[in-house]
Amino acid sequence: MSSNLNLMAPPKGWDAKYSDDGGSVLSTNTDQVINWMLNWGRANSVWYMLFGLACCAIELMQTGGPRGDLERFGAAPRPSPRSSDLFIIAGTLTYKMGLRVKRLYDQMAEPRFVISMGSCSNCGGLFQYAYSVCKGVDQIIPVDIYVPGCPPRPEALLEGLLKIQDKIKNEKYLQKRYGVG
Amino acid sequence: MSDVIFTNEMDEEMTLNMGPHHPSTHGVLRFIIQSDGEIIRKAVPDVGYLHRSIEKIGERCTYPGYMPYTDRVDYVAAMFANECWATACEKLMGIEVPKRAQYLRVISCELNRIASHMIAIGAMAMDIGATTPFMWALREREYINDFIEELCGARLTYNYHRIGGVSFDMPKGWADKVKTWVDKFVPLMEEFDRLITYNEIYIQRLANVAIITGKEAKDWGLVGPNLRGSGVKWDLRKDDGYSVYSDFEFAVPVGKGQFGAVGDCWDRFYVRSEECKESGKILQQALAKIDEHPEDDLVGKLPKKIKPEGEAYSRVESARGDMGCYVIGKGAEEPYRCRFRTGSFTAMGIIEAKSPGLFLADLVALIASFDVVAPEIDR
Amino acid sequence: MTPDAIFKLLQEKFGTETVFDFHGDPARDKDPWFQIAPWEIENVCEHLRSEKSLDFDYLECITGVDYPDDKRIVVVYHLYSYGKKHRVVLKAYLEREDPAMPTLVNVWSTANWQERECFDLLGVLFEGHPDLRRLLLPDDWEGHPLRKDYEEKEDYHGIPTIRPNPIELFKITLPSKEASKEAAKEPAKA
Repeated sequence: MSSNLNLMAPPKGWDAKYSDDGGSVLSTNTDQVINWMLNWGRANSVWYMLFGLACCAIELMQTGGPRGDLERFGAAPRPSPRSSDLFIIAGTLTYKMGLRVKRLYDQMAEPRFVISMGSCSNCGGLFQYAYSVCKGVDQIIPVDIYVPGCPPRPEALLEGLLKIQDKIKNEKYLQKRYGVG
Repeated sequence: MSDVIFTNEMDEEMTLNMGPHHPSTHGVLRFIIQSDGEIIRKAVPDVGYLHRSIEKIGERCTYPGYMPYTDRVDYVAAMFANECWATACEKLMGIEVPKRAQYLRVISCELNRIASHMIAIGAMAMDIGATTPFMWALREREYINDFIEELCGARLTYNYHRIGGVSFDMPKGWADKVKTWVDKFVPLMEEFDRLITYNEIYIQRLANVAIITGKEAKDWGLVGPNLRGSGVKWDLRKDDGYSVYSDFEFAVPVGKGQFGAVGDCWDRFYVRSEECKESGKILQQALAKIDEHPEDDLVGKLPKKIKPEGEAYSRVESARGDMGCYVIGKGAEEPYRCRFRTGSFTAMGIIEAKSPGLFLADLVALIASFDVVAPEIDR
Repeated sequence: MTPDAIFKLLQEKFGTETVFDFHGDPARDKDPWFQIAPWEIENVCEHLRSEKSLDFDYLECITGVDYPDDKRIVVVYHLYSYGKKHRVVLKAYLEREDPAMPTLVNVWSTANWQERECFDLLGVLFEGHPDLRRLLLPDDWEGHPLRKDYEEKEDYHGIPTIRPNPIELFKITLPSKEASKEAAKEPAKA
């Protein structure tokens, strides 16, 4: 479990100072504040798509279950790709399914993130010699975080989610979207 | 529901695609449904989204080296696939398994059966729309996962059984822990019954839905709880007496049609929840008896080089019923052909025949009541 | 009933040209089996199911096995009777070039999907099957992968089928066997 979850430190450029004359003027760097707020909000509401492929799906269920409890990090399952931010590829990806995964990914709205969970979706894993298994989901869609394991423990998946949160917190969404700042 | 009459006025058919991504817990399945509003005219299953060529891989692994792959045949109840492969190889080579190893197999398998049924009944309740039973079931499953992890080091894909025996003995104090848990678990199942099994809404929702008669069930090759749900009293553990199951006393629950006809969705659910209690009984007896057998006797006598010739077909009663493994050896280190016969595969076959006249929501109940798992269908 | 008793019974009924070649060597064939002429299999199985003393109501498994050396594809049937509690194994030998045989869908409904799987993975044509499509693999797949001479394609719809070995790709030098053995010994010394 890494760092501080909900209350990350504000960005460095933002030193909230009250001016010396005792007035109440707050001087800040506006776009950084907005960025920070956006990231804070997004990082703590990463909604993942409920999508299990194989063995890892059971561990994904257990992670969402009583002991792992993904929801305490603000990650709630969503049934539809259109309303989710995070795509957890949990399990072995076959060619037949690979085309569907691409289509599901295309339906997700930006900003979107992908966790590749388990050896099979990382690189094909055990099924290197299988004629019907895709050797790694990164051959189809871009991946942000790889979680190793066969299958990974719920704790490992939680760590992966925290890594996604870290990634979101360091994003400069406004600059990317509007070219501000 | 089969007495719904189709008239000519209802000719506005539409084709609906359900899956392969759908928020259910049975893995990746797809149904192409021709429906008339809410009523299904035909649901054609499309499987193979998790076809991992396990049978082909078997032709290039050694006999012991294939064991981890068998875990992936049925990941919810991996212990049974392990056992099935091990028994097939033992039958092929004529190896005898020591008593203690057989007891450990029974204990691990029955623990796994409870874990698998927990997923089955929890997921079924969730598919119908009740979320709480799923959380209850997962909570108990986590305890079993902990026990099995202590036993073999893995939570889901165990790789515990070996050709000729098992890989590890129980850790110290493990048996007492399991005993304590089982003593707690059996009363908890009764509480679970009060929560969901005999819940009025649940019964109303499932009784008389998708009735499968005993004759149909045999014809379509349904096995395990699905077969027993249709009122056929047949259990491989009792009727075939493999391993040491003849040492234990346990009942074989069958569907009796308490709230509807025999073989409806509720009966299949009921059989699973009763089987959990029976597995608890087997566990108590096995744990009490295991210490009669010496501790260092875990793997039988194996030949120095495993290069069998001939063919054998072995069966075990897995959580999804009769699981078979057919292995052909040709005197090489690798098997010439290995095949798994699984319960979910045949259960999926019947859906197309059973679907006409069902409501859309009842199709979900039907799939859930079969407890199909995608890798077992596709392998 | 034992398998050889069933074999004799069937041979009396259908003749030695339809039912033949009994294998029951306890060292090799753990489940005794015999051959059925492929084009007669529907009659034989109908008899096995409907005859009261046999009563085979459960078709356990259909397996296809490829023998390229003998130019054969063998379809194996495992049958069981819930009532009589006996088992029997039948085999049908087909030509590898043109494997075809009648379907058993009319005898046991469960044959439907199992035959489709056998068609998908081995290319056995079951004549009279109501819906002989690919089951597990996509419809546009080429070849039948459980045949011994099946070769994997280089890509499927633009997805490459081989992932380069990272050790070769990034030129990683692994420690030699001796070095890793020594490394394993060191903590024991300390």
